[in-house]
Amino acid sequence: MRYLPLTPSDRAEMLRTIGVSNIDDLFIDVPPAARRSEPLDLPPHQGELEVERMLRAMASKNLAACDAPFFCGAGAYRHHIPATVDHLIQRSEFLTSYTPYQPEISQGTLQYLFEFQTQVAMLSGMDIANASMYDGATACAEAVLMANRATKRRKAILSGGLHPHYRAVTETTSHFAGGIVQAMPVAPDGVEDLVNMIDDDTACIVVQTPDFFGHLRDLRPLAEAAHARGALLVAVTTETLALGATLPPGEMGADIFVGEGQSLGVGLNFGGPYLGLFAARSALQRQMPGRLCGETVDAQGRRGYVLTLSAREQHIRREKATSNICTNSGLCCLAFTIHVALLGEAGFTQLAMLNHQAAIVLAQALTGIPGVTCLNESFFNEFTLRLPKPAAPVVAALAARGILGGVPVSRLIPDDPGLANLLLVAANETNTDQDRIAFVHGLREVLS
Amino acid sequence: MPNIFYTQDHEWISVDGDVGTVGISNYAQQQLGDIVFVELPQLGAKIGQGDEIAVVESVKAASEIYAPVSGEITEANTLLEGAPVTVNEAAESDGWFFRIRMTDKAELDGLMDAAAYKTFVDGLA
Repeated sequence: MRYLPLTPSDRAEMLRTIGVSNIDDLFIDVPPAARRSEPLDLPPHQGELEVERMLRAMASKNLAACDAPFFCGAGAYRHHIPATVDHLIQRSEFLTSYTPYQPEISQGTLQYLFEFQTQVAMLSGMDIANASMYDGATACAEAVLMANRATKRRKAILSGGLHPHYRAVTETTSHFAGGIVQAMPVAPDGVEDLVNMIDDDTACIVVQTPDFFGHLRDLRPLAEAAHARGALLVAVTTETLALGATLPPGEMGADIFVGEGQSLGVGLNFGGPYLGLFAARSALQRQMPGRLCGETVDAQGRRGYVLTLSAREQHIRREKATSNICTNSGLCCLAFTIHVALLGEAGFTQLAMLNHQAAIVLAQALTGIPGVTCLNESFFNEFTLRLPKPAAPVVAALAARGILGGVPVSRLIPDDPGLANLLLVAANETNTDQDRIAFVHGLREVLS
Repeated sequence: MPNIFYTQDHEWISVDGDVGTVGISNYAQQQLGDIVFVELPQLGAKIGQGDEIAVVESVKAASEIYAPVSGEITEANTLLEGAPVTVNEAAESDGWFFRIRMTDKAELDGLMDAAAYKTFVDGLA
């Protein structure tokens, strides 16, 4: 797209056409008190070379994930991304493609969406998956809205092990859609009585596994209890790789699965763009939000792909649509699809086990430090430590030593003194023995 | 006395005693095109005249079906779950949507008979 700035005579002509004398006249509806009278306090404009130099100096103040022993998780996970992924997603047919409304010219995009949906359905053990949502938190909120529609009830019960960001997004979205959200107290030890919270107004219970503190949750008794009262079970995961080492939510009786797909193929990206996963039992398919891609045959009987069940969507159903989300995270979705395809079933399981093993070794080493205990009886690649002092300054002291040693729980759940000493620690396949030794040594020093 | 009535939203209701059988008119199915899905009401649902009670989806559009009278749903045409095309083939017979036990038969007085509906539809062309 060319950028053609307006000339002063263009501006004058436009202003004359709409009948105002200058640009300020367009803002007369803004009260004077709300208008800025002084110019913005910005440095004078600089040349490209100067700007680049300045930005590089600012960037060098960061401690990047790849430049330090890295043990942070809490909903965003670092993994090795094969170079093939970035190479393929940069093909312009993928990188610049628009919504595939015209299947006759969009078969490449539609085919990868179909493959993505197949992967998500298989990994989660569900019948049907959509073409992705914005991120795990918005997918979680959409799952609650969907459960309300499907059950014609209004109340969602959120587990105390649900990621705080997911809880916040779900509460906001549900509130403005007329739903009621009942959040359980934060459950750092992974134990809570959700079953007795379910009543006849309950549309769904929302449970994360592995949960925010790393505990693996057995969803089967929860599914049974929910179904007995006509409610749905929404299973959440923030680390999709865990599905390579744990029972799929579908096999544990979940009705809706949502997750964050970032950990496969998508970098940390400073928090976004990410990739929401959304899958459900087939009986619920017409209540699903988002795009769905289907396989069909053309007039000559050849296999082809199209967007399908569109009557759920906003452009046809208007205000009665199942969701305001009529799009998907196309490029992140493609990266996920390529990464999972490259791994294959065996590779996916193997990568999951590598992560789990790395976490076991790390947990053993860290709990050897005096005063450090682990809250988890089970975990995948992330667990919670209780330190003998507040975790936030410990993490800062480690960062000063060049080590990114986990996420203090207080960073995400502030103002709870009972949680101040808790530290979330994640391991992954990129951690070397030296990384682990540096972390354990650093933590020992900082705590002594 | 005629026992089939029509609404301005193109539903029909065929009356037998207290029970009405409801569907969409032949004109409506022609306008919608190939029907791919019908969402039927729940048995036992108590509804008021004009309430949204079912949904019909075609390849072109999704439309709400409104209750032509007040009452309680006694039966739903489950044939449509597997064969929604029945609505295209026989909108005013086998393609019925649901049966309703009417609570106020006087509501029928506000509906059109077949002749009035034909005039109404002709006026839309």
